[in-house]
Amino acid sequence: MAELRTEEMLLNMGPQHPSTHGVIRFVVKTDGEVMSAAVPDIGYLHRSIEKIAEKATYNGFMPWTDRVDYLAAMNCNVAYAMAVEKLASIEITRRGEYLRVIAMEMNRIISHLLAVGSLGMDVGAYTPFIHALREREKVNDLIEELCGQRLTYNYARIGGVIYDMTPNWDKKVLDFLDQFEPLLNEFDRLLTDNKILRKRLGGVAVVTREDAINYNFVGPNLRGSGVKWDIRKDMPYSVYPELDFEVPVGTGEAGSFGVVGDCFDRYMVRIREMSESVKILRQCFERIPPGDHLVKVPKKIRPPAGDCYIRTESTRGDLGVYLVSDGSDKPYRLKFRTGSFSAMAIIEKISRGMMVADLIAFIASLDIVAPEIDR
Amino acid sequence: MTVEEIAKILCEHFKGLQIEVVPGAKNAVSGIQTGDPAVIIPAEKIREICNTLKVMDQFAFDCLSSLTAVDRKDRFEVVYHLFSYKNRHSLTLKVNLPRGGNQPQRGVEGEAPSGLAGGGGDASPSIETVESLWGVANWLEREVYDLFGIKFDNHSDLRRIMLPDDWVGHPLRKDYKEEVDYHGISTTRPALLQ
Repeated sequence: MAELRTEEMLLNMGPQHPSTHGVIRFVVKTDGEVMSAAVPDIGYLHRSIEKIAEKATYNGFMPWTDRVDYLAAMNCNVAYAMAVEKLASIEITRRGEYLRVIAMEMNRIISHLLAVGSLGMDVGAYTPFIHALREREKVNDLIEELCGQRLTYNYARIGGVIYDMTPNWDKKVLDFLDQFEPLLNEFDRLLTDNKILRKRLGGVAVVTREDAINYNFVGPNLRGSGVKWDIRKDMPYSVYPELDFEVPVGTGEAGSFGVVGDCFDRYMVRIREMSESVKILRQCFERIPPGDHLVKVPKKIRPPAGDCYIRTESTRGDLGVYLVSDGSDKPYRLKFRTGSFSAMAIIEKISRGMMVADLIAFIASLDIVAPEIDR
Repeated sequence: MTVEEIAKILCEHFKGLQIEVVPGAKNAVSGIQTGDPAVIIPAEKIREICNTLKVMDQFAFDCLSSLTAVDRKDRFEVVYHLFSYKNRHSLTLKVNLPRGGNQPQRGVEGEAPSGLAGGGGDASPSIETVESLWGVANWLEREVYDLFGIKFDNHSDLRRIMLPDDWVGHPLRKDYKEEVDYHGISTTRPALLQ
């Protein structure tokens, strides 16, 4: 009987592909099921936002920051505003801080809903995605009432936020939170306790603690690998020191084949973070003081010449903003160091010897979005 | 540890090297420091100093948070932001590289055009890679190479990351001029208002 010869194929996954979470291309060397290499190729969504920042004024650049990560636009707005406010020594009001935190936590809930829903869809469960989108629609309506937009909010300004909340808006949000918490249990029954999902995600694409720190993993990815680190707790900013919440960490809980740092851990961290965000929102609405929501800033902001690096906890991890100013009214250099960029750097190393379907589960569990990688 | 203390210990370890601390920007009116202080180190010693910063217990900088470059018109500044999960302190390292000529770099095989008169320094400045210390430096350095044209010696895979492989020029340089077209697609459009 002649020996069966297999050859390796060089296949193209993307850039148009429903499971790569945006336009990302992978060049995959595989013999059918098991890959020997998966090399990512990025740049399809590069819009040179950093170069545009050198031409726009500080105030006028805010809509561009939405597009750095359009699923967590509030967080990007606030990170940029915080960097400019720190360098130019602008202090904002307490009400402005609380409104920012409310907006960021609502954004965290809807971004995680989308991440968890599309993770389920990528491994084959289509129904939870629709449930997640239904909840997302309710929050989109609430945010539209707050700032007029559903995706790219342009809500924060240098000096606070642009609009205050409408009358009775806080009651509407609290009503939504009351009916949202039992729905997280519904998710648990559909996805988390599902044996097929646990077998698909448990033990797959394990990122050890040393690798996670070495490759600068951030956010839920880092916490899924067992490192208890959250910038809101450990390097707090804004009003987070006054709020009380837990930081969930991955513990290898996918049953007997679960390992700390696998896809299931990253998924569970996101589910738990959603209920922590609900807790934070309730506390914010109790504590928000009356007052102004925006301070007066000069039309042309001129920070002193120098630089600063601000880290904030965005939904995909630590969004670092490095701002260099030369004393004029336009930034000299602005860099966004995003969580998805670091997460992509490790895919090539971990994906050797993985199956193609596991690569899809790995990318979905890292929750990478193309605009954050390419900017 | 503060930046000044770290710089002091580094000076003791690396005697004879020129290590200076730059204070952060100050508010002109109140005098409060608003920017970050930084430590400037010479380019040839980057790998040794980063190794010391990663390995020594009192520093333990196990995470490279960001690696980027700034084009000051007479030189390039490569900026490293380090962070330690164990000791919870951070550090900004800056390295000054001489600016090469103003010729566009043609992809990876770019050589300086012959007959380059004057100018001083290489056509593309270079610095040693820190990829073996922090794995994320692989992609971060590729991005700096792609957008600024700074080469990293001993990098395992130095090629463009975001722009197409046959792109001409390094966009984030201050003197970057776009080519007239790319594969026949024009980069300008006629004025809409005549």
